[in-house]
Amino acid sequence: MTDVEPGTLTAVADVAAALCLLAGAFLTFAAGMGVVRFPSLLARMHTVTKPQVLGLVLLLLALALRVRSWSAVAMLVLVVIFQLVTAPVAAHLVGRAGFRTGKVDESELRPNEMDPGAVDDDR
Amino acid sequence: MSPPPSRRGVRRRLRRLVGQWPALLILATVWVLLWGDLSWANALAGLGLGAVVVLAFPLPPIRADGRFRLVPACVLAGRFVADLVVASFEVAFTALRPGPPPQGAIVRVRLRNPDDVFLTLTAVLSTLVPGSLVVEAQRRTGIMFLHVLDIEASGGAAGVRRDVLRLEERVLRAFASDDVLARCDLPRPGRPADEAPRGGRDDAGEES
Amino acid sequence: MVVVVVLAAVLVGAAAVLALVRVERGPSMLDRAVALDLLTASLVGAIAIEAAWSRRTETIPILVAMSLVGFVGSVVIARFAAREPEHDHQGRAPEDVAAQAREADVHRGEHSAQDDHHDDRQDEGGGRP
Repeated sequence: MTDVEPGTLTAVADVAAALCLLAGAFLTFAAGMGVVRFPSLLARMHTVTKPQVLGLVLLLLALALRVRSWSAVAMLVLVVIFQLVTAPVAAHLVGRAGFRTGKVDESELRPNEMDPGAVDDDR
Repeated sequence: MSPPPSRRGVRRRLRRLVGQWPALLILATVWVLLWGDLSWANALAGLGLGAVVVLAFPLPPIRADGRFRLVPACVLAGRFVADLVVASFEVAFTALRPGPPPQGAIVRVRLRNPDDVFLTLTAVLSTLVPGSLVVEAQRRTGIMFLHVLDIEASGGAAGVRRDVLRLEERVLRAFASDDVLARCDLPRPGRPADEAPRGGRDDAGEES
Repeated sequence: MVVVVVLAAVLVGAAAVLALVRVERGPSMLDRAVALDLLTASLVGAIAIEAAWSRRTETIPILVAMSLVGFVGSVVIARFAAREPEHDHQGRAPEDVAAQAREADVHRGEHSAQDDHHDDRQDEGGGRP
């Protein structure tokens, strides 16, 4: 447990941390709702890239505002960078795998410019 | 008089070690961050482990003629954070609001510059930012296929293409060399970074 | 602060339950990978909330480890569920890949008996250029 001296700065940081906690938890919950409600694999993957990443970043920011020690913040920065780098890569791999194995219902996509016949302009 | 093969191998490894010093530095930094405090022992252990990683798992060299520009990089980072917040809350409200799910679509975008580094950066950033997700990317031609969650809210296929190309422009301005910028028909960055793209922005319409 | 922490914990817990619902429903292995990714993330978030509540730092290494493990998990599933592209000559033999894809799809087969046949057809010619 880290010692944090009481004072105005601590109070301000705690309020900011509370806001970050609420926003991050809300975004994570919205990601959960999206994963259940969205009908297609690709739509569900949107929820695990954007709201989930930002929600986690906000929760970690709240933690950093609460503990405020350099070693902890360094590790949290590392987690955030990992998240930012790995989430798109994982989503891309899953999406590509879904497409290549035919698990994506292409009739729901309008327009679908992946269809070779559908594109006439080159840029 | 060439040196014996074993010594040549050692020399080649040394050259690779020196040639990949940015990777070494990044690995050492990660190690220090993992331990949480900066001490000589940690930094040296990080460098040593980084050398082992670089030698044991060789990667093909990245060919990139780039340079780092501070102001455009700050523009890129600032827009990225703002876009990430906006995109996250948009997707969150789309997930929470009642009613039928939005119309998805696949949009094809041809990037200006198919170099690996910039293609990767643009793909990663555009997955995180503007309501899109890279499904397939072709290195040789620089064509990306993006899945868009809500095609109407993103302004149709043309709107998505415009957004991604704008994002690529920011990436190129931040990291690409003058040659690449000239080849991509982007104005030379002598002016302030936010002034140059404005000419193209007006006739393309104000962003939503 | 108590109210905030409890509310945040409830929201994140609900997200984890929703992710579990998707894991149970499937229908394919890839959907489960996506949902498991979210489950890991909400677990990391829960640990972060607890650490923020008690101002402790010793659980932070767990966050580092878990954020990496979640990534590796979904990448591995994507690799095994995916068919290699045709121009990739270093890949495995097509029969192996098809067998793996079938194996990964074994949960899908419970919908109907003809699903098996359907998957076969896709394994033969379903690759995208």
